Amino acid sequence: MALPYIEYEKNIIDQGLETGTERLTKERIAKVVDKVIGGETGARLKAYVDTCVHCGLCSDACHMYLSTKRDPKLTPSAKVKRTMSVILAKKGNVSPAFIKKASEIASTECNLCKRCVQYCPFGIDIAYVMSVVRRICHLCGVTPLYIQDTAHSHSVTQNQMWVKEDEWIDTLQWQEEDSREEIPDCRIPLDKEGADFMYSVIGPEPKFLAQLLYQTAIIFNAAGLNWTMPSFPGWDNSDMAMFTGDSEIMGRNKRFHYEAAQRLKVKKIVMGECGHAFRAAYDMGNRWVSWAMPPVPMVHAIEFYYDLLKSGKIKVKEKYKKSVTLHDPCNTIRGRGLHEKARYVINELCENFIEMHPNREHNYCCNAGGGVINCGPPFKKKRVSTNRIKAQQCADTGAEILITPCHNCHSGMEDIIGDYGVDMHVKFINDIMYEVMEKPGLE
Amino acid sequence: MNNFNGIYNFVSGPLVWLAFIIFIGGSIYRIRNLIVLVNKKERYIYTYMSLKYSLRSIMHWIIPFATVNWRKRPLMTITTFIFHAGLVIMPFFVSAHVVMFHNAWGFSWPSLPESFTDTVTLLVIICSIIFLIRRLVLREVKFLTDASDFGVLLITAAPFITGFLAYHNVGSYHFWVILHILSGEIMLVAIPFTKLSHMLYAVFTRAYIGSEFGKVRHARDW
Ligand code: SF4
Ligand code: SF4
Ligand code: SF4
Repeated sequence: MALPYIEYEKNIIDQGLETGTERLTKERIAKVVDKVIGGETGARLKAYVDTCVHCGLCSDACHMYLSTKRDPKLTPSAKVKRTMSVILAKKGNVSPAFIKKASEIASTECNLCKRCVQYCPFGIDIAYVMSVVRRICHLCGVTPLYIQDTAHSHSVTQNQMWVKEDEWIDTLQWQEEDSREEIPDCRIPLDKEGADFMYSVIGPEPKFLAQLLYQTAIIFNAAGLNWTMPSFPGWDNSDMAMFTGDSEIMGRNKRFHYEAAQRLKVKKIVMGECGHAFRAAYDMGNRWVSWAMPPVPMVHAIEFYYDLLKSGKIKVKEKYKKSVTLHDPCNTIRGRGLHEKARYVINELCENFIEMHPNREHNYCCNAGGGVINCGPPFKKKRVSTNRIKAQQCADTGAEILITPCHNCHSGMEDIIGDYGVDMHVKFINDIMYEVMEKPGLE
Repeated sequence: MNNFNGIYNFVSGPLVWLAFIIFIGGSIYRIRNLIVLVNKKERYIYTYMSLKYSLRSIMHWIIPFATVNWRKRPLMTITTFIFHAGLVIMPFFVSAHVVMFHNAWGFSWPSLPESFTDTVTLLVIICSIIFLIRRLVLREVKFLTDASDFGVLLITAAPFITGFLAYHNVGSYHFWVILHILSGEIMLVAIPFTKLSHMLYAVFTRAYIGSEFGKVRHARDW
């Protein structure tokens, strides 16, 4: 069944972009461009911009282009042409209104998913170019309101959701208490020095998805693991500053995260099912603070679940009955190659796994990633409209359950299947593992 | 006739030298600039470079149909490979070139049969026309296309068109030969200073992203 195309309003008003643009002057733009192009970027940007031959071979990589009756403005290379190419050609002599548009393009028309890298014969990294555009817009003070708020929160509270320290601890204790009703000696050990690993999550978990902390506690206890969570800043592994172009705050977030692990003297970090947090900790933030690779070994939940199942620490009581399909999150699949492990985990947990196509590294992005969903309600309709192809891909599987081991994807997919009327429910691996596993301490 | 000879001697003598000097010098200059820039501002790139993954990536992309995107667009793939192979390999094996080289330097190598090189020339011209049509007709390519993209296409097609006309004696042979040599020289000179420099940079961009994908991301980039 072919899904409908949903139109969206082209002139979106975002208060952050409006106010930032009002305050912006041409002098400031020139200074920022000089700092970023002259100072921060180098051979990569130059090689990418000089090498692109405008062949359009990357077009079919982008879900936005494919979802909008092939809008030529939404091909990967077109996004560069509409932003960076102009900035470079005019040597920064562009208007505040131009920066506003560039900010909207870079923040809401590209998920930095890097699928286009796999389609360009030269391997031109459009996502990188878009990040540089975001960096320029950030330094110009022109960023979408909602995502900027989360970056502010990172800056003030070291977490994404303005969660206060006592709220954080309360939430964990509350989840621990609840979990004890199911397994009497279940624990969420705080600040346990020398534990085998530290578990870190994203800010929205304690805020809106405390259930996940509960389920995780049950899983880890059932597996008999020696783990801990920090009661102090550094518990949040998410990073919206990475997506606004605020590299300084991104770097600081990473320090808090890794230093929490060092302070707790753990052997490694395990992070929850989040894609962008993984990217921040594994690929982007660490580099900004000059760590070539993570300074403390760090694994994503997919890999950790794989280990738990493979080693038999978690046993499946009865496999999940409903048919499931999997959305491969770019940041852990194209970003870390965890696709086969994810499949192992799902096949261990579920009876009936149906692949969507294309899959693995060639998956289409959910259109929520790269901070796009965090740009909030003003851009929601646009985000859904520009990812019809993903909804179609899900619908074509006919599966009842859509597994998305990434928070951003999860919320984005819920919006998409909801608005296109695809009959499916979205779940984390965590949800299913919790449901089907053996729980030894259970009376 | 005398006039033609004078021009011919000039374009096939000193101008050839000049074109090669600019081409080679310019290419070295562009590549050197890129490396200097890496050393100055992005030294960390070396941390992530890997010979194995660079080659893995390059090999996939220089073999027709070895990548997902090459397979998805058979016409474009065939066109691209014929065009580039013709462009890079042909000049060395056209018998007229080999003969000229022999006359100048006293040694030579086997050349390809004329009927073959003539066919390839025609194919390259057809490929150029396909590229042109793509730029004019496909909306997504049209949107990306600048005036200079047409210019670059013309620069690369010109030596083949003029060579073809000269070989088939359409009108004045001398006229086309001179234009042929001239257009070849223009192309050489243009390589380092226009979008044709993708010829110089492709191997670096591919090697870098291939390394990132292989070594850090553990994912395929094709
Ligand atoms: S959204 Fe993904 S495929 Fe589209 S331009 Fe951005 S990085 Fe490329
Ligand atoms: S980014 Fe690559 S594929 Fe896309 S137009 Fe440029 S050269 Fe072609
Ligand atoms: S949200 Fe998910 S699919 Fe989208 S970019 Fe992130 S990881 Fe990729």
